Amino acid sequence: MNLLLLVLVPTLTAIAILFGKGLKQVRAIALVGSVAQLILCFALLVLYWQERAAGNTAPMLFEFFYPWFDFLRISFHGAVDGISIAMILLTAFVVVAGVLVSWEMNNKSKEFFFLLIFLSVGAYGFFISVDLFMLFFFLELSVIPKFLLIGIWGSGKKEYSAMKLALMLMAGSAFVMVGLFGLYFNVAFSGEGLSTMDILRISEITSADGGGAGIPLDEQLFFFPFLFVGFGIFTALFPFHTWVPDGHSSAPTAASMFLAGISMKLGGYGCLRVATYLMPEAAREYSGIIILLATIAIIYGAFATLMQKDLKYINAYSSVSHCGFVLLGIGMLTQTAITGAVIQMVSHGLMTALFFAAIGMIYDRTHTRMVAQLGGLMKAMPFICTVFVIAGLCSLGLPGFSGFVAEITVFMGSWQQPDTWYRIATILACSSLVITTVYVLRAVGQSVMGPVATPQFAGLGDARWNERSAAVLLIAGIVAIGIAPFWLYDLLEPGTQLIMKQVSGLTN
Amino acid sequence: MVIKIYCMNYEFFALLQQELSIVLIIVLLLFIKLGPERTSERILGTVNLLLLVNCIAGFFMQAEGSLFGQMFYTDRLVIFEKNILNVATLIVSLQAYNWLKGHAHALEFYMLLLSTLLGMFFMISANNLLIFYLGLELSTIPLAAIANFDLGKRQSSEAAFKFIISAAFSSGLLLMGISLLYGTTGSLDFEGIRLGLDRSTLQLFAFILILSGFFFKISTVPFHLWTADVYEGSPVPVTSYLSVVSKGAIYFVFLYVLYKVFGRLEYIFHPILELLAILSMVVGNLFALRQQNLKRFLAFSSIAQGGFILVGLTGSYDVFSTSVIYFILVYVFSNLGAFGVVALISAQTGKETIDDYKGLYSTNPMLAWILAISLFSLAGIPPTAGFFGKFFLLMAGAKAGMYALVIIAALNMVIALYYYLRVVKAIFMDANAQAIEKLPVPMQPRLALLLCGAGIIVTGFVGWIYDYIYLLSIDL
Repeated sequence: MNLLLLVLVPTLTAIAILFGKGLKQVRAIALVGSVAQLILCFALLVLYWQERAAGNTAPMLFEFFYPWFDFLRISFHGAVDGISIAMILLTAFVVVAGVLVSWEMNNKSKEFFFLLIFLSVGAYGFFISVDLFMLFFFLELSVIPKFLLIGIWGSGKKEYSAMKLALMLMAGSAFVMVGLFGLYFNVAFSGEGLSTMDILRISEITSADGGGAGIPLDEQLFFFPFLFVGFGIFTALFPFHTWVPDGHSSAPTAASMFLAGISMKLGGYGCLRVATYLMPEAAREYSGIIILLATIAIIYGAFATLMQKDLKYINAYSSVSHCGFVLLGIGMLTQTAITGAVIQMVSHGLMTALFFAAIGMIYDRTHTRMVAQLGGLMKAMPFICTVFVIAGLCSLGLPGFSGFVAEITVFMGSWQQPDTWYRIATILACSSLVITTVYVLRAVGQSVMGPVATPQFAGLGDARWNERSAAVLLIAGIVAIGIAPFWLYDLLEPGTQLIMKQVSGLTN
Repeated sequence: MVIKIYCMNYEFFALLQQELSIVLIIVLLLFIKLGPERTSERILGTVNLLLLVNCIAGFFMQAEGSLFGQMFYTDRLVIFEKNILNVATLIVSLQAYNWLKGHAHALEFYMLLLSTLLGMFFMISANNLLIFYLGLELSTIPLAAIANFDLGKRQSSEAAFKFIISAAFSSGLLLMGISLLYGTTGSLDFEGIRLGLDRSTLQLFAFILILSGFFFKISTVPFHLWTADVYEGSPVPVTSYLSVVSKGAIYFVFLYVLYKVFGRLEYIFHPILELLAILSMVVGNLFALRQQNLKRFLAFSSIAQGGFILVGLTGSYDVFSTSVIYFILVYVFSNLGAFGVVALISAQTGKETIDDYKGLYSTNPMLAWILAISLFSLAGIPPTAGFFGKFFLLMAGAKAGMYALVIIAALNMVIALYYYLRVVKAIFMDANAQAIEKLPVPMQPRLALLLCGAGIIVTGFVGWIYDYIYLLSIDL
């Protein structure tokens, strides 16, 4: 199948939304478009499985290539492997859930849904890109829609959060751009002496058995931090995570779901696919610092969450902590750890989207997000509270949900590194689970169980059909990974093996 | 001795085609002026039609060669550059529709404007310092006159006065440099100068003077002090013309002159370019942060954009020549898009500050969106063409290994994003009790805005535009 469809369908949906009149038409178009995209993603998964079963062992499948700026050797080049497909599926799930949760968005609904779908175009394009320029294009594409979504439809200090988010993400993009230049100009094709923006060809050159000269270590050591920090800003790499709490909390629900669920994964995917894959020697050298920062993020994020009183801030800081696992896995550079990192990306994406959806539903009804004012909601809204509890349990890594699968894979993979400091980092990361449990149980317990804090809330209505569908969709994903993770492992195996070949194919 | 007669043959007309069509239009305007009274709509409509025909004609009958004893040369790239300026002038003219409708001297405006365009054409085609200086002066002096065209406003006269004084001074410096250069090399021809460069102290002095003249025209820091006041005081169409066409023409000349003529002095101007690039970006950005008046704001933003172009200029010629020309094309559309909206609102309501623009989206959504995407293009955000322009420009700088400069430029992009987003925030997010009321947009300005919008979206995606410019410039 042509991967371009994955970008075309949401683009057409977005354009169609512009022609809709009124909330009913617009949201219907958005839903149809995003569900169509979800079906397309499942079709992609099935086709991918068929290809692999038929014995196709190419690193990336379904390649398409259109020359774009020929003289710079920039092309519109896309392909997928297991990792990309996992992320694309995640995006599709979260977008459908986001559209469903925003069903009653009455304020400038046309622009809202347009921006939401347009945002997803950026994500889909990013995950299918195999050309660095195209990847960067789609990465930056999503910055402005986020700015507008938070600034216009958000709550709290929305303009400040929106501006902070836009500027920090742009700074991240700026760093990524410098790193891309470093890659582009330091990769001379053997024989042709020309540079290229193509990931596949660069990886051929930089691999140990590629025959090419590879990128000189000095250049790698200079440019790898740019790439990693640049992408890391998207994934809340400590200390550049400060946009996350304000950004996620001020955003409208669907935007929070997308931001925490997908945008943060853009960074993780970039760190993996671009920084680590194309500059493996530097990844090795810097792994110590990466692990240090990741561990700090995990522990600091967890402790910071303990102090929060606003549900959205709790979730935002816990996202910082959970995305620390992703970076930890990437830093450890073993196959299991990297697999764990990807599973954590998918799992956390679904889980945090679910969490934000639940918070959004509660906020819609009670108009407060402060834990102190919520209490005993289980009687009034049983479905929403159950969803909330499930999200919390997934967050603290209860077996049966995807969070457990992800975290245990990361820990096992991290333990494979025999170095003492790495082991200590792993132990510290493990111990953060205790803190996670504390804040999750406290936040969830106080809000939904216990005595009713504000009597008016007792008479509020439960979830409507759209909210139920969104929640069920996300829970289905979480449980599918939690109970039967083998399909995900098998999906990710060729991709992570490829990355490991790059990393371990060094004489080091 | 046989004196070849240069007129009355096909070569003359073909090579001077674009210049002659401008002269034709000026003459036609004179006749219209002398003729019977017509309504301003008809006059403006006729002029715009003529300009449109002029633009389209520029794409046909392209000839390469030299004239006037090698003083004037033209090739495909030069023709393309002139076409860009033609399109920009057309868009400026369309935007000026509302303002000119009520103006008593619309025809004089066009005559002066087109004279400056003619001067710029000669400047771009110059192969000799005489024609170059002639073109330069022809492009500056009428501009000072039309900067004064808000005849009732004192600010306009102040702007014009500041402009002519500073322009005259910089032209004086340039002329001194030219004369010294002639004295040391014995030739006014670019080729002769190039061969005669021997890095003597007097020549270096002359070169610095010439550079100063150039830097003044492109508003590089520290020669930028005239920019904000002149931009603010002039009528908006003149400001947009100044910021886009005037600057663009000078950049085109600068490209050629710097590397083809003074290539040997690269060790001198390379560090200068680096330093001034950093200064322009930083100073431009810092001052833009504080501006409330949109015209001043766009003035400082164009100073910062100029700094960006200088970063590109520090790269290696083969890459940056394409990137700079491409960036100027993108910059034309982005800046004219922003100025178009400002012109429309200013002509009908006189409001020019960011506070006045708050809540624009609620009353004038189309104008708000066009202003927004123009600002996004200026900031370098995909999917607008500004993203591609900035990326390729910085890539040119990176190719030469100027990574420190590229990093500073990238960080400046973030700072710039802040002040562009401030305007976007005001338009989309801030509420305003006295928001600008719904404005009627007549056909001409609407066409201009749509052209700009289309240009911004299309120029990035259509890869062959960049490839086309590349092919044109490597022939050089």
